[in-house]
Amino acid sequence: MITPADRRAARTGYPRAPSRSRTVARRFLRSGQGRLGAALLCLVVLPALAGPLVCRWSPADLDFGAFLRPPSAAHWFGTTQTGGDVFALTMSGTRRSLAVGLLVAVLATAVAAVTGACAGYFLGWTDRVLMRVADLLLVLPAFLVLAVMSPLFGPGRWPLFVVMLTLFLWMVTGKVVRGMTRSLREREYIRAARYMGVPAGTIIFRHVLPNLASLLIVDATLNVSAAILTETSLSYFGFGVQPPEVSLGGLIADGARTALYAPWTFWFAAGTLVGTILSVNLAGDALRDAFDPGGRR
Amino acid sequence: MTGPVLRVRDLVVRFGGVPAVRGVGFSVEAGEVLGIVGESGAGKSVTALAAMGLLPRHAEVRGSVLLHGRELVGARDRELAAVRGRAMAMVFQDPLSALTPVHRVGRQIAEAVRVHQKVSRERAARRAVELLDLVGIPDPRRGARAFPHELSGGMRQRVMIAMAVANDPDVVICDEPTTALDVTVQAQVLEVLKKAQGETGAAIVLITHDLGVVAGFADRVMVMYAGRAVESGPVREVYHRPRMPYTAGLLGSVPRLDAGKESPLVPIEGGPPAPDALPAGCPFGPRCPVAAPVCAAAEPPLAPVAPGHHAACARAGEPGLAVARPPRPADPARPLPPPRERRAVVLAVRGLVRHHPAAGPPRRRGGVVRAVDGVGFDIREGETLGLVGESGCGKTTTLMEILELARPQGGRIEVFGQDTALLTRKTRPAVRRSLQVVFQDPLASLDPRMTVHDIVAEPLAAHRVRDAGPRVRDLLALVGLDPAHAARHPGELSGGQRQRVAIARALALSPRLLVLDEPVSALDVSIRAGIVNLLADLGARLGLSYLFVAHDLAVVRHIADRVAVMYLGRIAEIGRVEEVYRAPLHPYTRALLSAVPIPDPDRERERRRVLLEGDVPSPVDPPSGCRFRTRCPKFRVLPDALRQVCVHEPPEVRPVRPDHGVACHHAEEPPGGHR
Repeated sequence: MITPADRRAARTGYPRAPSRSRTVARRFLRSGQGRLGAALLCLVVLPALAGPLVCRWSPADLDFGAFLRPPSAAHWFGTTQTGGDVFALTMSGTRRSLAVGLLVAVLATAVAAVTGACAGYFLGWTDRVLMRVADLLLVLPAFLVLAVMSPLFGPGRWPLFVVMLTLFLWMVTGKVVRGMTRSLREREYIRAARYMGVPAGTIIFRHVLPNLASLLIVDATLNVSAAILTETSLSYFGFGVQPPEVSLGGLIADGARTALYAPWTFWFAAGTLVGTILSVNLAGDALRDAFDPGGRR
Repeated sequence: MTGPVLRVRDLVVRFGGVPAVRGVGFSVEAGEVLGIVGESGAGKSVTALAAMGLLPRHAEVRGSVLLHGRELVGARDRELAAVRGRAMAMVFQDPLSALTPVHRVGRQIAEAVRVHQKVSRERAARRAVELLDLVGIPDPRRGARAFPHELSGGMRQRVMIAMAVANDPDVVICDEPTTALDVTVQAQVLEVLKKAQGETGAAIVLITHDLGVVAGFADRVMVMYAGRAVESGPVREVYHRPRMPYTAGLLGSVPRLDAGKESPLVPIEGGPPAPDALPAGCPFGPRCPVAAPVCAAAEPPLAPVAPGHHAACARAGEPGLAVARPPRPADPARPLPPPRERRAVVLAVRGLVRHHPAAGPPRRRGGVVRAVDGVGFDIREGETLGLVGESGCGKTTTLMEILELARPQGGRIEVFGQDTALLTRKTRPAVRRSLQVVFQDPLASLDPRMTVHDIVAEPLAAHRVRDAGPRVRDLLALVGLDPAHAARHPGELSGGQRQRVAIARALALSPRLLVLDEPVSALDVSIRAGIVNLLADLGARLGLSYLFVAHDLAVVRHIADRVAVMYLGRIAEIGRVEEVYRAPLHPYTRALLSAVPIPDPDRERERRRVLLEGDVPSPVDPPSGCRFRTRCPKFRVLPDALRQVCVHEPPEVRPVRPDHGVACHHAEEPPGGHR
């Protein structure tokens, strides 16, 4: 593929800079941890996405000829007490949990990055207002508020759930980002940019945030796990994603009741949850190493 | 005493297989001073630490270190501990980290005494006070009760010296003892070191990168490069007749106080090799101006070239090969710029004031740091003004005030004739374009995550210049970099290359005025010359004006047309460089200039120093009237009647000669009013 940069390189006879994202990707895939994390994540995500295509059961289907049956050719992960296909349910639940987790993590980290960096860079009033808001949200009992609001997260309303989870997940990162920005802003390359006449917004997005990238990425990963865990625990108690939509938390709650004599109803959902969180953490760790410019190539 | 006190032979130090020191040998006799010079990474400090047995466990040490004929390499820790501090002592570069912060300095010295001598607590405490008196701590009884952080850097280094000589050692190893200090304090500390040596008769090993300090202080000198000694001999012999091209190159690349623009610096090309990737043959070969095929064949041994003089160079036998300052080809005649009065003023500063609240919890201290307190100067087109002074004198604050392009707390700043207080959001960017900055530490001023191309293109993007590629290439060529460097990150470049990138970025928008904040002080000696030459060349070629902030007066001598000397937030003296350096009028300028060592043993030893007493007073509570009077050698000898004006009236800068102003009430009297 020929990009404008390549064309310019050809014209000026001047080697093009190696793209940063490509360097990061190369380093990421070179580390064992990164490959393991990525592979594990694929193992969880691909079936979850492909689930509806390969499985003849949908999560809503009930097989009245098979109640609480162990895994077989017809039902790969077995069936539930009501004859639901555990494979179809688990895949659908994983899809929902992953969507919630990833969205919340990305949104929360983005909110934290922008508010933290703005507060730390501009200081003064901006700082005071943003940090008071963060303090206020920190003292609110998130679990309770979400539980009280659960009737609002009815069918098809899960994006609202995502927004609410995000609202309660960004503050700590935001404070850390603010602190780091305050020290970064006195660094000479930031001052150099300011004296060059680079506008404040550009400085924040080009110098401050990329230099916090490793923090933000690690944080985003931890947020993925935190968000998925919060979502599952809320759903476990019946406050999160509401039926008929399924999530891993709901499945685990249902499966726990029959886990002793029909372990397949519980272990497939629980295993998927553990695998997801493990793979996301592994990948996040490897990504942080890949981002570090001081790290070995 | 007969024979050397300390003899090091074939010392080899490896860290994880990578050699840091590769076969170093030297010896010192009692009462002798051996200077070890070299650039960072040459293995100087590792040699010293190995001799003291202070290297970490994973370091592999071979060879022999004999102290009074006793082998120290491989000796057990207990044996070493008996020697360390008693027969052999060390003074480190950073006295703050070498002193325990939670104990009073008197107690620390007394403890050093009691470790090796069986004396009572009271005797040790008395000895500590004696030692503090020896190293010139005023009121040593009170000084002994101070904590390290309560003392200034110079005072702390004196305490370190007191501790080192506490047990009458036979050898004192000083590792860059004055590098972190200002020149006037450096002169004091070296004086103390000399005195302490006279008192104890110890041998001193002085490790430094400053050729001037060695010239004035050492009897013999050893030059190190890439982990080996490449030349050694008596100081005069080595300085006047260097045989190794590296030594000659170092001497040629150091800016000297006694030589100005007319004798340009000769940089050494390239940078020192990495210890794990040494070139074949002579490690200096790739950078050597007189390298021959024989040099790449084998590494030359350190061989005698004259009585007591050794050099490791295959061509050392050919006399006159290594020349410190080869005559430079005649400069193509540049048209003379119009006289100063007819050139436009690019920067005018009048009565600039910047105070900020003193550090510490607010309301408890309540003091105001008068960092800049009425500073004025101007810079005309194509001119370089050097702003010099010791740390804390307000030079960097002045520079930051100018760069903010905002209304100053007091006074006026005019950039290109525009008052910065009247600039608006619309008019400021245009001024910014023409006023750019280069910082001291290029590693800190370049975003580590961006490529060189992105860094140099950033100001272009900020001012909406399209298609930066060709411009970036031109800029890199202008500062002597390869276009291929564009794809690298700052971390992959050498210090000199990084500073070139920073200069290229500053030049991207074709500014008219460049502000340089200590642009060479973070660089190694041999690289410094290249940057100084580059700046001088660019200034002449592009018609730039520079505001060059530095603490190194020799560098300023080489690059500036005019110089302003600052002391405690005010200007002490300002004028043409030649005038000020030849005939300084302010007592402070005089002391400052006399404190800068010159890398020439003969000249250095016949100079008379004006030693200043004490430290710079705190800018929170500066002395009334003339701020320099508390340390002024002239004030001390003035009759009372004349002193009154110094105590009560702050002197303003007044012109005494054409284009030479001085802020001293008694500048015209003969120098110092000597006894």
